[in-house]
Amino acid sequence: MAISEPIIAAPAHRDQQLSRTWGQPPGFWGWFKNVHHTAIGIRYMVTSFIFFLLGGVLAGILRWQLARPENNAVGPDLYNQIFTVHGSTMIFLFAVPMMFQGFGVYLVPLICGARNIAFPRLNAFSYYIYLVGGLLLWGGLLLNTGADAGWFSYVPLSGPEFTAGKRSDIWAQMITFTEVSALAVAICIATTILRHRAPGMTLNRMPIILWEKLTIAIAVIFAMPAVMVVSSMLLMDRTINTQFFNPSVGGDVLLYQHLFWFFGHPEVYIIFLPGTAIISTLVPVFSRRHIFGYVPIVTSVVATGFLGFSVWVHHMFATGLPQMSESFFTAASLMIVIPTATQFYCWMATIWHGRLQFKLPMLWVFGFFFVFLIGGLSGVMLASVPLDWQVHDTFFIVAHFHYVLIGGALFPMFAGLYFWIPKFTGRMMDDHLGRIHFWLFFVGFNLTFFTMHFLGLRGMPRRVYTYTPEMHWGTLNLLSSVGVLFMTAGVLVFLVNFFRSKRYGKLAGADPWGAGTLEWATSSPPPAYNFLELPTVNGREALWDAEPNQPIVGGIREDIPEMLVTNSLDSEPQYKEEMPGPSIWPFLTSIAVSIAFIWSIFSPWGIAYGAIPVTIALIGWLWPRGKSPTPRYDNPRMEKSWNG
Amino acid sequence: MERLRERPILDVSGLPSVAFGRANTTWFANVLYMTIEGTMFALVIASYFYLRTRSQDWPPYQLPPSLWYGVANAVVFLLSVIPARIAQRAAPEGDRRQIRIALLALAAFAVVNMVIRGFEFTALNCRWYDNAYGSAVWALIGLHTGHLITEFVETLTILAISFTDKMEGTRLADVAINSDYWYFVVITAVIVDFVIYGTTRLL
Amino acid sequence: MSAIFILAGLPGDHRVLQPAGPQGANIEWLYWVVFWILLVVYVLVVLGFTHAGKRAYTPARGILPIIKDRSGDRRAAWVVGIAVTLTVLTLFAVLFMTVITGKKVEGLTSKNPITIQVIGHQWWWEVIYPNSQPDQTVTTANEIHLPVGKPVVILTNSADVIHSFWAPNVNGKRDLLPGYSSAFWMQVDQPGTYHGQCAEFCGLQHAHMGFSIVAESEDQFRAWKEQQLKPAPEPSSPGAGHGREVFLTHACVMCHTIRGTDAGSRMGPDLTHLASRNMIAAETLPNTRGALAGWIIDPQRIKPGNHMAPNLLEPGDLEDLLTYLETLQ
Repeated sequence: MAISEPIIAAPAHRDQQLSRTWGQPPGFWGWFKNVHHTAIGIRYMVTSFIFFLLGGVLAGILRWQLARPENNAVGPDLYNQIFTVHGSTMIFLFAVPMMFQGFGVYLVPLICGARNIAFPRLNAFSYYIYLVGGLLLWGGLLLNTGADAGWFSYVPLSGPEFTAGKRSDIWAQMITFTEVSALAVAICIATTILRHRAPGMTLNRMPIILWEKLTIAIAVIFAMPAVMVVSSMLLMDRTINTQFFNPSVGGDVLLYQHLFWFFGHPEVYIIFLPGTAIISTLVPVFSRRHIFGYVPIVTSVVATGFLGFSVWVHHMFATGLPQMSESFFTAASLMIVIPTATQFYCWMATIWHGRLQFKLPMLWVFGFFFVFLIGGLSGVMLASVPLDWQVHDTFFIVAHFHYVLIGGALFPMFAGLYFWIPKFTGRMMDDHLGRIHFWLFFVGFNLTFFTMHFLGLRGMPRRVYTYTPEMHWGTLNLLSSVGVLFMTAGVLVFLVNFFRSKRYGKLAGADPWGAGTLEWATSSPPPAYNFLELPTVNGREALWDAEPNQPIVGGIREDIPEMLVTNSLDSEPQYKEEMPGPSIWPFLTSIAVSIAFIWSIFSPWGIAYGAIPVTIALIGWLWPRGKSPTPRYDNPRMEKSWNG
Repeated sequence: MERLRERPILDVSGLPSVAFGRANTTWFANVLYMTIEGTMFALVIASYFYLRTRSQDWPPYQLPPSLWYGVANAVVFLLSVIPARIAQRAAPEGDRRQIRIALLALAAFAVVNMVIRGFEFTALNCRWYDNAYGSAVWALIGLHTGHLITEFVETLTILAISFTDKMEGTRLADVAINSDYWYFVVITAVIVDFVIYGTTRLL
Repeated sequence: MSAIFILAGLPGDHRVLQPAGPQGANIEWLYWVVFWILLVVYVLVVLGFTHAGKRAYTPARGILPIIKDRSGDRRAAWVVGIAVTLTVLTLFAVLFMTVITGKKVEGLTSKNPITIQVIGHQWWWEVIYPNSQPDQTVTTANEIHLPVGKPVVILTNSADVIHSFWAPNVNGKRDLLPGYSSAFWMQVDQPGTYHGQCAEFCGLQHAHMGFSIVAESEDQFRAWKEQQLKPAPEPSSPGAGHGREVFLTHACVMCHTIRGTDAGSRMGPDLTHLASRNMIAAETLPNTRGALAGWIIDPQRIKPGNHMAPNLLEPGDLEDLLTYLETLQ
């Protein structure tokens, strides 16, 4: 490929052409045909944020009930449904869909310098499937047949003998929906990162956020099957009388726990690592320098993803396993601290040797440093088997995981939202309101969850709907519940800020922060075709390291949606792929799949009969449409045998 | 970034619009998909062996599954690799006639596989509701059968496309990728057969 | 910071940190050592970030240019390298202490322990002191007596779902898994009554599944055991006699055993020595006449969802029944 200097047509004409080619159809049905990643990414972020609010309301109810001993605001049955749906919502319907799917689907193609995500229809399908899964779980709750055996739904409690009705079945299928969605997005994101990066973006120049999303995609691919398998086994035990977990005929209750936690532990890294990637993205921008320790940080991210699979038994320390295996898992659980600690030191070094512009997103970054660290350190305590024997399944654990999840994902999420919302909407958020939000949330969070450490040490187990006054847990519980008011106020301030700024916020322009990654190389919000000129890359921060004469990519067709495919290591151009345009098939297929999955809650034949509409929809999806332009093959013989 | 006239161009206009083999993005997605499904198989097999450690006898109270249907099916699976490979080689050459014949043969093999699989189900000597052993056996062979059926339908679809004028460009690459997935079905069949039929007799 | 001390100082017991036996003490030791190490780490990291922030802080409107000079990075590499090394060493120290403590806690064994079987039920604890001779086997519920200073081995099992046996003053917890029976060793060195509670979510009344461990002198323990082995005494008053008749002609016999009568069901707790216990309904209510009355009439009001149905009794019957139950010392 030559580097030449032809004259290019004036931008206005090209904008029209590209908008025609890449634009998504308007109107009601147009919404269901949209296959552009920015639209799907926004849907993920909005939907998952709504689930966050709903999950928060449930948490508020839990804290209301626990604020006083022997309170009777909520009885045990409803309480059990509420904490189950709270946990399931936060993990399956909010954390992963926001941190991995939402941010990932929106940002990854832009940061790669591409016009769309790989497999756009699969991406669109993944959103509808996720939405149905969420509606299923909440439908159950609102009909008083909500899942009620905990977010992890242990057997035998969730099995056929001890949970009547459809509660656990609803949970199990919610899992299926959300995991299929996450797996689909993992395939799209992994392919985009490995094959659609801008020329010049070698692996060594890949932004840390792409390394993280790639790692997470691989982790999802290996972890989700475990929860699919175990939830299917549960569903089968309940609907068709399999005996996987029935000890009297050879089944085993610990099989459930092993399979579940083999998924469950990587899951929390699937939630946490995106948080660290946001930090690794924001710290350089607001320290006005390249990140310190790119190689150690990338190594840490990949290592954490990998090691996350080696620690699952630390959720089972109280089950009476042999001491040798427990020691191994203590060692592995302590070892996994090392990569995260490395990242912390590198971030500290970056700020130390930088020029800190303490803008609003950075306030949240510092919040992450101080809050997540407490959770990480309490995690060191939990890695130690004897300590875990005491505090496992108590409020000490509840404190720990809220510190790591809220500190490690939610604080970075708000940092990322304040950072990227200007890109999504084109307008800046209000700085002052953002700081009020921070302090309200910071104070409320610590009040609610720090007190829980003490409650655990005082002997308060988890998942109890009430407690007696003699336990002396009342004051701490009351303080913990008061914290919720502050957090709620903070989130309300955020919502007010968001809606006002969307209308009246200062116009952001392409790059309000002076950042280095490619999403800032186009307008805010980006046009339907992402970039007018497809960039090439010269360094780890594409915009900061660009040459004055940094080449752009030419020769991609603009009359059809064509994307450049590059090779995995060096991002050398390999071929040009015609991408699918808007299509109703992802939506139709998701309807068919939803029918099959939901039917199977009520009858095992659901999968069999439901497979028929799914097959029809998939054939419709895969059937080639219209006549594509004549393909260009690499193989000269092909032109001859074309009509053979 | 909008200073167009001064920017040098990296000209990719000469690049092909189709790639075969590892360069193809759908090939890569297929690899990821096989990884996902392979992990599911691995976990179900691991569960099978884990449950085995929790029982004195294995199979408990039952005969192991009858050997012959399983062996017959394994042989048919292994033979089916031939038409799959023929289709795979014909695709990058654009030899549509060869593709049609090979895919037809592959579909025929798949039908034979499914028929024998039906007999296998009747000869497992256990039921999924008997005990954990029966559940594990049926889960394993059921999981594989699901893949067999979906791959058969996919082969038929591509076969149908090969009779139209749409068998061009990326669709040709899809023929080759479909064969890769068929190999996955064959390999998992052999492994599942070994676990169900072999380990109950050998171990 | 001071808020934390206030919170820690509120009235009430941090049971995990008030061990009554050697295992609890070992774990408490480990807790404090690890806590102080982690506190130092936290303070250092917080100071590091604060100092980094202060040092690098540059007030400016608009956007500052990118720093191209990375000469400080070489020194930073050394510092980060040292920090990572210190982190690794600290983690090894924690690992080392963990393994030692684990060995000590698990190392409590004896050739002649007191053996107790604890079987978890939804939502009570079946407690059996097994013996090869049936008439030497003690069966009770929710209250475990043991002699001070002697190793005890608990054989765990569950009759239904997973429960977890946890008395924080004494030791860590052990899950009760259906299909598994594990040996869980304990020892209490200080006499007293220690609260325990189920620590694995087990359904509707998980919150009300408590038990207590009564640690007493060797003599007291032997006396208690002797008493528990006796069958229920014959009623001495007509009221108690009528009360026994009420018991035997109502739903009570469907679930409860009173040795010395025809009531022999094992579905619910053994009531032969009900009156000897401090609390009822798995540590939910004190064992008083009034509380017992309320429990018998409507258990669903106190523990909604539990397996004991309400009993409609005439006031006279109820009074006599209570009188009878009070004789079951």
